[in-house]
Amino acid sequence: MLKTEELQINIGPQHPSTHGVFRMLVTVDGETVTDLKPVFGYLHRNHEQIAEVNTYLQNMPYTDRLDYFNAMANNHAYAMAVEKLVGIEVPERAEYIRVLMVELTRILNHAGALGFLINDMGAWQTQLAFGMREREKILDLFESVSGARLMCNYFRFGGVARDLTADFMPRLKDLLVAMPAFIDEMERLLRENEILLQRSEGIGILPKDLALAYSVTGPVLRGSGVAYDIRRAEPYSIYDRLDFDVPVGSVGDVYDRILVRIEEMRQSKRIIEQVIAQLPDAQGGHINPKARQNVRPPVGDVYARVETPKGELGFYLVSDGSSRPYRYKVRAPSFINLTPLGDMCRGYKVADMVVILGSIDIVMGEVDR
Amino acid sequence: MPNVSADDLRVRLGRALPGVVQEVYPLKVAPPPAQGHAPAAFVTGDTLVDAARVVDAALYLRDVLGYAYLSDICVVDYLTDGIFEVVYRFYNVEGGPSLALKVRVPRENPVVPSLTPDWPGANFHEREAFDLYGITFVGHPYLHRIYMWDEFEGFPMRKDFPKQGDKYIGEDE
Repeated sequence: MLKTEELQINIGPQHPSTHGVFRMLVTVDGETVTDLKPVFGYLHRNHEQIAEVNTYLQNMPYTDRLDYFNAMANNHAYAMAVEKLVGIEVPERAEYIRVLMVELTRILNHAGALGFLINDMGAWQTQLAFGMREREKILDLFESVSGARLMCNYFRFGGVARDLTADFMPRLKDLLVAMPAFIDEMERLLRENEILLQRSEGIGILPKDLALAYSVTGPVLRGSGVAYDIRRAEPYSIYDRLDFDVPVGSVGDVYDRILVRIEEMRQSKRIIEQVIAQLPDAQGGHINPKARQNVRPPVGDVYARVETPKGELGFYLVSDGSSRPYRYKVRAPSFINLTPLGDMCRGYKVADMVVILGSIDIVMGEVDR
Repeated sequence: MPNVSADDLRVRLGRALPGVVQEVYPLKVAPPPAQGHAPAAFVTGDTLVDAARVVDAALYLRDVLGYAYLSDICVVDYLTDGIFEVVYRFYNVEGGPSLALKVRVPRENPVVPSLTPDWPGANFHEREAFDLYGITFVGHPYLHRIYMWDEFEGFPMRKDFPKQGDKYIGEDE
């Protein structure tokens, strides 16, 4: 019998499968992972302190840089927090436009996330290209309303920066016509693929009780069978008027997370269709004309949260009555979803570890802040 | 079971665990000097609990009220009053509003019992609070810096941390 011993290796921070500058300190026994410690902070810029120096409005474009995949959703959470603190009302039409943008964000995030995940499994680029193709179409729409594709900076206190352009709706409808074919194709490629099933079924299991104890959010939590979606649990904006399902998984493995994301894309499309139908009757303009942008909120604290594509994004603001936040805290979903990574990977192979990390769907801009 | 408001919580906690709930006292939040406003007092509407018994209060929330989901741990530095306030935020995934517990500790000796043994999800939150504010969580299994490098000195989110140079505000050369 040969003498063997455990080996400690670093994966990252410059490794393509870690989705940014992220390091995993892995202890392996042969091919099997026995321990894993996530190490990060390479992108840390003390976002929260910089935000204390800025005025409230100056932070709006800065929230784009948190989760740079979902700038619109970050804007939404921050705008909601400040509106709650100051007491600004948002016109109905603006709420519909917001929900429209946020749900489009959800589709583009999941399309990209699934593409990257399949990429990690070794299906090099094909699936990713499919996802990116859809993402590009949505980014074109974002560009037409906000002027920017990624760093949108589109939300303002009391509404959104500009109204929809004249050609927005026709283009959106074209996009929606092609959407089911894309989602179905994606699902067929994944569901009927023997290799993918072997790589994802029963891999990286996070049971329901552990998922709750670890406070994971978003598709990871729902993949583990907890039907918790903030749009349902604490409806904000106009989500109480919209009809949608909250998909949940049963086992909590990588495959369940894939299925949850696919179904969420379908549900987002459903929401967008309802928004298109209700938008013409919505009252008010794209922004509350009385809302001041250089706000000076009363003394107090507030916490506002939204369901971004990655999970719960919350902003905790403390105001001292001045024009700059006294405390600005981001509760970032990717950061928390990384906590159980060690437990999820223990006992699986090194190749599975990469897939499990991909199934969490992290963005380092938000993890490190 | 759900639908526990912040006021209910204070009453229930006070009955179940006598002495845990503390009277909320207003904090002075210093306005920027140039504006010349009277110093505003900041009163929190959430439940303030005894720092040494925060684990008992949290376990009561989880085991009796069903608030099993610990969403966030956040620190606020009230420099004028000389305290750190730690905010814990809990949800009940079955429904009901969110609840917050607050804890106040002196800035000179910020020590709070750790929730990580009971909630593994508190791990990174507490490490972040330790890294950026220097709060010691007693009982945390791996209390190391999470963002800054291990050799870094000082706690960058504290209000007296200098934005330039390498000395704390008020410290002599």
